[in-house]
Amino acid sequence: MIEIENVEKSFGALKVLDGVSLTVNKGEVVSIIGGSGSGKSTLLMCINGLEPIQGGRILVDGTEVHARGTDLNRLRRKIGIVFQQWNAFPHLTVLENVTLAPRKVLKKSREEADAIARRQLEHVGLGDKFGSFPGKLSGGQQQRMAIARALAMAPEYMLFDEVTSALDPQLVGEVLDTMRLLAREGMTMILVTHEMGFAREVSDRVAFFKSGKIHEIGSPEQLFGNPQLPDTRAFLNSVLK
Amino acid sequence: MFNYTFHWRPALNALPQMLQGALVTLQIAVLSMVIGIAVGVVLSVFSSSRNKLLYGIYATWVEVARNTPALFQIYMAYFGLGQLGIRLDSFLALLVGITFNNAGYLAETFRGGLRAVPQTQTRAARSLGFNAYEAFTLIVLPQMFRAVFHPMTNQMVWAILMTSLGVVVGLNSDLTGVTQDLNVRTFRTFEYFAIAAVLYYLIAKVVTLGARLIAWRLFRY
Repeated sequence: MIEIENVEKSFGALKVLDGVSLTVNKGEVVSIIGGSGSGKSTLLMCINGLEPIQGGRILVDGTEVHARGTDLNRLRRKIGIVFQQWNAFPHLTVLENVTLAPRKVLKKSREEADAIARRQLEHVGLGDKFGSFPGKLSGGQQQRMAIARALAMAPEYMLFDEVTSALDPQLVGEVLDTMRLLAREGMTMILVTHEMGFAREVSDRVAFFKSGKIHEIGSPEQLFGNPQLPDTRAFLNSVLK
Repeated sequence: MFNYTFHWRPALNALPQMLQGALVTLQIAVLSMVIGIAVGVVLSVFSSSRNKLLYGIYATWVEVARNTPALFQIYMAYFGLGQLGIRLDSFLALLVGITFNNAGYLAETFRGGLRAVPQTQTRAARSLGFNAYEAFTLIVLPQMFRAVFHPMTNQMVWAILMTSLGVVVGLNSDLTGVTQDLNVRTFRTFEYFAIAAVLYYLIAKVVTLGARLIAWRLFRY
């Protein structure tokens, strides 16, 4: 369970998160939508401790992420994150990209890590790309590789940070298919997304973010079908027309 | 106007001796390069440190190494440290001097190289559970080395040529030292130094080609 309690975060004078509270239960898929610069992506970086926070707290399975004694390296093993700019490691082959963390962080043998990586890569449809370098792959393939890389650590939570925003339109579908599969398998996911149709389809709950706060949250039917607040309505009108 | 008669045969007879010297030259160059790279990486990391002492070490080292003559740096390693009671033989003094110089130049090259690796690479690595050291050595460093490989090769050639300064601290086993000995014994200055120059050229070429081969093997992506 991920518990976000009243989190505040600023970059200098700019307040990005202004008292965000959200609880995500095991097996739940929560989508976060909202305009650019509303703090959605920053929230994800705070959940796995890549960004410090200035107020409130975040608990992952009861462990306080930003507490002094927390072993973040250990905590991050169970939180997979996929970035907008996929961040493939260009000097490693596709297979090495996926096996590196299981081998070095989880201390698995090469054979074991290879088996895991092969399974994950086949899972995301890259079974024929093991030996390729990321530079030879399309954006969609690199993004799917990044998903496989995160999954190879057998995380309990997956965070997706606008993973389709930097892709050519015709490549978006293949990445969404991969995420749809994950959601169906019961992975706990938080996704920051601009794909409204997708959010509506896979989410248990959808949160609308505005000025560093969760402005409105509810089931997809509720939020998309009958938004309660005027700002939510205005945002949805602007993106769904 | 010109009555110098070339005597190549006796000079060429000394070739085995000179090749022996070339080997010593190569040895010093490789050692100074390997140690210089290691120290240079550490210094380049210090360069972005918030710790004033570490940053100070980096800044001072780079400033002195790059803005004073290499000859003086070797002098300091031999005579300067000697005054302080640290007596290095000429081989070691030359090695220390050149390595000091090398590390200074390489640190700046590496600093630029590190900037060429996006911050997001470190983020991605940390998010997979790598600690800071692993993220740096497994993800950032290999990409940095690719970015700086050609300037690094230049530095290697420079290091080889710099070893010739060993003669000022009495080194007589390297290529320049051996050549100088032959010279003072025979006064066939032109012949011996011409041969030595050709050997320096060949060593530099071999190293450059070797580096290219390594780059081709290593950086296939």
